[in-house]
Amino acid sequence: MKGAAASFRASYRGWLARPRPLFVVSRSRTLLWRLTDRWRRSLQLRVLTATLVLCGVVVAVLGYFLMQQLVADVYANKAQSAENIANVGLATAKANGELSRRPNGSSQQAMLSLARELEPSGGTPYAVEVTLPRMMQGPEVYGAGAVTTTNGGPPPVPADLVSHVSNGQPGDLFKVWAELPAKPGGKPVPELVFGARFGKVYQLYYFFPLSAEQQSIASMQRTLLLVGVALVFLLAAIAWLVTRWVVIPVRLAAQGAWRLSTGKLNERMDVRGNDELAALATSFNEMAASLQEKLEELEDLSQVQRQFVSDVSHELRTPLTTIRIASDVLFAAREEMDQAAARSAELMQGQLERFESLLTDLLEISRYDANAATLDAEPVDVCTIVRQSADVAQQLAERRGCRLQFRLPAEPCIAEVDRRRVERILRNLLLNAVEHGEGHDTVVTAAMDSAAVAISVRDFGVGLAPGEDQLVFDRFWRADPARARSSGGTGLGLAIALEDARLHGGWLEAWGEQGRGSMFRLTLPRTAGGGLHGSPLPLNPDLATDISEPDVAAAEASPDLASADPAAAEASGAVTKGAVTKEAAGGAAENVAARGGQPDDEVAARG
Amino acid sequence: MRTMKGRVLVVDDDAALAEMLGIVLRGEGFEPTFVADGDRAMEVFRDTKPDLVLLDLMLPGMDGIDVCRQIRAESGVPIVMLTAKSDTVDVVLGLESGADDYIVKPFQSKVLIARVRARLRRTDDPAPETLTIGDVTIDVAGHSVQRAGEPLNLTPLEFDLLVALARKPRQVFTREVLLEQVWGYRHAADTRLVNVHVQRLRAKIEKDPERPEIVVTVRGVGYKAGPG
Repeated sequence: MKGAAASFRASYRGWLARPRPLFVVSRSRTLLWRLTDRWRRSLQLRVLTATLVLCGVVVAVLGYFLMQQLVADVYANKAQSAENIANVGLATAKANGELSRRPNGSSQQAMLSLARELEPSGGTPYAVEVTLPRMMQGPEVYGAGAVTTTNGGPPPVPADLVSHVSNGQPGDLFKVWAELPAKPGGKPVPELVFGARFGKVYQLYYFFPLSAEQQSIASMQRTLLLVGVALVFLLAAIAWLVTRWVVIPVRLAAQGAWRLSTGKLNERMDVRGNDELAALATSFNEMAASLQEKLEELEDLSQVQRQFVSDVSHELRTPLTTIRIASDVLFAAREEMDQAAARSAELMQGQLERFESLLTDLLEISRYDANAATLDAEPVDVCTIVRQSADVAQQLAERRGCRLQFRLPAEPCIAEVDRRRVERILRNLLLNAVEHGEGHDTVVTAAMDSAAVAISVRDFGVGLAPGEDQLVFDRFWRADPARARSSGGTGLGLAIALEDARLHGGWLEAWGEQGRGSMFRLTLPRTAGGGLHGSPLPLNPDLATDISEPDVAAAEASPDLASADPAAAEASGAVTKGAVTKEAAGGAAENVAARGGQPDDEVAARG
Repeated sequence: MRTMKGRVLVVDDDAALAEMLGIVLRGEGFEPTFVADGDRAMEVFRDTKPDLVLLDLMLPGMDGIDVCRQIRAESGVPIVMLTAKSDTVDVVLGLESGADDYIVKPFQSKVLIARVRARLRRTDDPAPETLTIGDVTIDVAGHSVQRAGEPLNLTPLEFDLLVALARKPRQVFTREVLLEQVWGYRHAADTRLVNVHVQRLRAKIEKDPERPEIVVTVRGVGYKAGPG
């Protein structure tokens, strides 16, 4: 294959006398690609090709049988007329008195005159041979031999005919199809040869050349081929026209649907006539109209909802601000009040904070429900955000006597994200982890590849029961209803975090096992609007190499803004890599024992 | 920190909130004046010549954004917006129309006081100091900026931002560091403050704000003063 192609190329090159094989190859490849592409995309091309091929086959088969029939007829007619001539000649020969005797000295003369008598007199051309077999040619038959009417010697008599004639009955006419040897530069001409014995030993042969028939057959073949090819192309042209009628409206419909899908809701099709295509156009237009109506309705609804959220936000927030500030003033003056009033001021202050965060979360989630959330993405170092988001969790961790361990890459993880939302997600995950970590350290890992950046937050607390890894993202879901009062969260944190991640086109997933703790993984595309195909971090900690166990020797995490530089990140990353303790194995057992003693000082601690 | 005195104009239509703000501001030694109507805001502003304006974005009559624009057209006085909406569009719109800072309702009184103080804080007698970036000259003590000999009219905040960058030319400042040094935020805050004000500053000091040469963006990190 390769060799053939190469030799073809070589000869082609030689012929063109300009050696540019690469150009030739790439061009033919492009052409092939374009053809296949066209084939796949165009229904019309496929119908046209199919019509061409099928019509070609049908016309070829029909033409072949027609030709066979025609040829057979022509030769049969010829054979009939030739046989008549030969029979007449044979009768004449039988009636010849001289040649009905034994051969003698005057036989030659008689044969000659018979041959002359049988010569064609215009009309069908043929040659006649009157002959005396060689074995009969003796000295007593002076000069007797073959006498022919053609010039240039007798044509050779086919051997099988000679044997038929010699062995057959005198008076029987035998027929053989033969071929005249080709003249130099010409094609062999078929001929029809008749032979019979007459008198005692004389033989009579008729040679009918079929060149005229051959020519007329060839001409018929040419005509038939021409007509066949013309017919095929005519049919193809008709098929092309017919498919055009059908395909063009379909193509228009496809274009219309495409434009509709790109948001041009005013797109409509022309309706012409009453046929199926008109029905298609009508249905299309109805679909477009109802789509447009529904979309506008939805848009209006969303607009109303957005406005409502915005109004509620403003209307609620202004009086809340007044209450808040008033509470601040009362709280500051609580030492001058009696005990009941002072405690009331404290309680009000604490619950106002809860109320505020609940309001904020509710408004945020209703903004998502109204599709009113917008992504304000800019390139930022996600690792820096991780450290900045850790402040509140850090304080809580200090109160719980545990630590946050950071395992961040040394180089900055630049990604196009909405800083506010990513911070909110991480704040939530970190707080949750510390809160449910049962006093064990929390491990925060970040990693990056070409398309995505991932942050995982691992705690070694009670973990999640099977199925809870999906439930945790539900609104107001709590792992343990009995503990609900103790946590300060609103119950909307993870639901909002999930929406925040989705708004980025990212993932937020949970893993957990009872007694082993849980892990939340946030994966975000590095370019805003980019797709995700995988995460640089595993979700299951059993697959992770270096975060399975908490590290006592971890560097102190510092959420300080000024020191959030790559060097600090590198330092903490480097320290945590090497040292691994055995705390996790024992820790899991401790967790189960330690449950129940949950510190519930959140509310008081905040105030 | 020494006690600061200052006249604060509170532009808010909510009587209860305005009164409450007044109580808190007076308690901290400020002198508040009030106006509840957007249309009358400019009139009161011209009469009282406040040192700072607390401006609610949603007002009857003229809306807060327009009031902000009008004040900014006349004066560089610090403006702190009070907004119920933390949505991107409203906040950015307010900042772009000239507000220096914003506080999202509901807020604590100490946050309000901290924001107001931060905006009124000025060093009493800055040492005579002249900074130069490109063809821009900054007289720190005289609070004036010139480009190619032509004086430029910067607000105090824009001036502080430019001075912070110009004091350490070619050092890259993250938005967080700028928020701390210029706005006085000790914890991470909205970096859009920096983005919007850098743009406002560029519009005044750059020859071509689309291709800045004096305040240059360092992609993914922050800003720095001077080319290269």
